[in-house]
Amino acid sequence: MSDNPKIDKTRRNLVVITSVAGGAASLGAAIPFVASMLPSERTKAAGAPIEVDISGIAPGEMKVFEWRGKPVWVIRRTQEMLESLKKAAGNLTDPASKSSQQPEYAKNEYRSLKPEVVVMEGVCTHLGCSPQMKPADAKAEMGAEWGGGFYCACHGSRFDLAGRVFRGAPAPTNLVVPPYTFLSDSTLLIGEDKKGA
Amino acid sequence: MASRLTALWDWFDSRMPSVGEEYRKHMSEYYAPKNFNFWYYFGVLSMLVLVIQIVSGIFLTMNYKPDATLAFGSVEYIMRDVPGGWILRYIHSTGGSAFFLVVYLHMFRALLYGSYKEPRELVWIFGVLIYLALMAEAFLGYLLPWGQMSFWGAQVIVNLFGTIPFIGPDLALWIRGDYVVSDVTLNRFFALHVIALPLVLLGLVVAHILALHDVGSNNPDGIEIKKTKGANGKPLDGIPFHPYYTVKDTVGTIVFLAIFCIVMFFMPELGGYFLEHNNFIPADPLKTPEHIAPLWYFTPYYSILRAVPPLFNSQFPGVAAMGIATLILFLLPWLDRSPVKSIRYRGAYYKGALAIFIVAFLILGYLGVKPTTVWGQFGFDAFFLDTKDRATWMARLCTLLYFAFFILMPWYTAKDKVKPVPDRVTM
Repeated sequence: MSDNPKIDKTRRNLVVITSVAGGAASLGAAIPFVASMLPSERTKAAGAPIEVDISGIAPGEMKVFEWRGKPVWVIRRTQEMLESLKKAAGNLTDPASKSSQQPEYAKNEYRSLKPEVVVMEGVCTHLGCSPQMKPADAKAEMGAEWGGGFYCACHGSRFDLAGRVFRGAPAPTNLVVPPYTFLSDSTLLIGEDKKGA
Repeated sequence: MASRLTALWDWFDSRMPSVGEEYRKHMSEYYAPKNFNFWYYFGVLSMLVLVIQIVSGIFLTMNYKPDATLAFGSVEYIMRDVPGGWILRYIHSTGGSAFFLVVYLHMFRALLYGSYKEPRELVWIFGVLIYLALMAEAFLGYLLPWGQMSFWGAQVIVNLFGTIPFIGPDLALWIRGDYVVSDVTLNRFFALHVIALPLVLLGLVVAHILALHDVGSNNPDGIEIKKTKGANGKPLDGIPFHPYYTVKDTVGTIVFLAIFCIVMFFMPELGGYFLEHNNFIPADPLKTPEHIAPLWYFTPYYSILRAVPPLFNSQFPGVAAMGIATLILFLLPWLDRSPVKSIRYRGAYYKGALAIFIVAFLILGYLGVKPTTVWGQFGFDAFFLDTKDRATWMARLCTLLYFAFFILMPWYTAKDKVKPVPDRVTM
C-alpha cells in the first residue's frame, strides 16, 4: 500500500495526524460526561455520624438504625447467645475475623466493644442484601445445629450472632462493623469512634 | 384514482429512489426459504414487542416521575387516576416478559437449526448483543417503580460490578452515583432506560437484520438456498418475504396478541412472575424482603451466581461464572464443529446435549425463583458438604451441565454421526 507512488505521503500523514488529534479530543470531551456520574458534592456531604439511644433494647432483641442509607443493627446479646458463638466457631469461614472489616477494638471473639452489645452493618458482604435475624428456635428451617444468627434470603448466606459467616455461603467475609463508641451506657455514636471525636 | 397514486409514487421515486430500493431489497425481493415453520415467528414478534414497549413507554413517561420520593406514588397514580393509565402500564409490564419469552424462543430456534453457523456468525453476534442490551434495559427499567424488589434487585446487581477485582468498588460507586442505591441512581437509570438503551437496541436490531439479509435466512433444513438458483437468478427454494411471509407473520401476530391480551387483561401479575408481589411495597433501604428473586427471565443466571461458592475470600467467582454464562454465547459459532446445521441431520450426541442443556437451563430458572432452602437439606454429614441445601447442589450440577454444553461442544459435534443433507429444502 505504502509502495504506491501515487500516494502523497505528506497529505496522508496529515490526515492520520488530524484523525489522531480529533480522536484524542473526543476522548477528552468524554471526561465531563463520565465525571457527571460520580457522586456529587451534596451526596458526599450526607454521611454524618448518628447518635442512638439503645436503652429500649431488651436482652435478645435487635434494633435497626439508618446510617449513610444503610441499616445498622444493634443487638443486646444474652449469655445464651454469647455461648452459641463458641459452638459456631468450627463451621465459620473466618472465625477470628482476620480478613473481615471491623475497627481494631471489635476484632475479638464477640466482634464488639462490650460482649453483650454488638453493632453491625446489616448488609450482606455478598451482594448487599439485608439479612434477617433467625433465632435459635428456627431449627426447623435452618437445620438442627442452628444456634441463632442471620440468614440472607437473597443468596442463602448464613451468619452467627456476631455476624460471622458460615462456610458454604456465597458471602466471603463477616458482616462489617462500623466505627462506633459509647457516649454513655445507653447512648451510642455510630459512624465515629474515640479517635475521631 | 389508481393512476394518480401511481403518478404520485413515480414523482416520489424519481426524487428519492432509495425508499423503493430498500423496500425491494428487504421485502418484495428478499427471497426467504419456503420451508419456514412455527419457530420462525419469533424474530418478527421480537420486533413487534420492541415497538409495543417503545410506544407504551413513551406514554408512561408522561406521568411517571423519576424521583425517589415521588416514583412509587406516580406509578400508583398512573394505575388509578390517569385515564387508560393502567392499560399502558400493564402493556409495558407484560411486554417486558413477552420480550424475553419471544427472544428465548428465537434463540432456541437458532440452536435447533444451527442458524449461528457460517455464514451467519455476525447475525448471531448482533443477536447476542441485542440480548445483553435487553437484559440491561430490563434491569434499569425494573428500578423505576421504586418498590422493594426494584430497590433490592438494583442493590444486588450493582454490587455484582462491585466484586470485580481492583476497580469494582469504584465502578459500583460510579454506576450508583451514591454510596447506596438512591434518588441519584433512580434518576440516571431513568435516563438510560428511556433513551440510551432504546437507541442502542434499535441500532443493534438494524445491524442484525442487515447482516441477515446480506447472507440470507437459514431454514429448518439448514440448507443454503442461494446454492440452487433458477433461470431468473432467484433461489429456487426461496419466496419473496412480501407477501408470503408478511401474511404468515400476520397470523402469528394475531395469535400472539390474543395471548398477550389474555395475560394483560386477566392475569397481569401472572402469579407474581410478571409483577412481583413485593414490588407493591415502597422501597425500604433498611429491610430486604423475606424472599427476593429477580424476574423469571434472569433466574437461570441468578441460580448460577448463587451456586458458585466464594473462593479466596471473594465472591467474584460466582459473578464471573454468571458473566461467562452469558458471554460464552458469543463463541457458539466457533464451538460447533458439526458439518451440518439443522438438528434434522445431526446425530444423537448433539440432540442429547441440547436436551440436557434445555433441561438444566429450565431447572436453573426454576431454582432461581425459589429460596435455596426449597428442597430441604441432606440428612448426612460429609467432608465435601460445604452446604447441605439440596437445591444448591442441584443448581451446581445444572451449572456444570450448562457450561459442559458449550465447553464440550467442539468434541461432541465433531464426533457426532450426521445424516446426509439433501440439496433442496424439504417441507
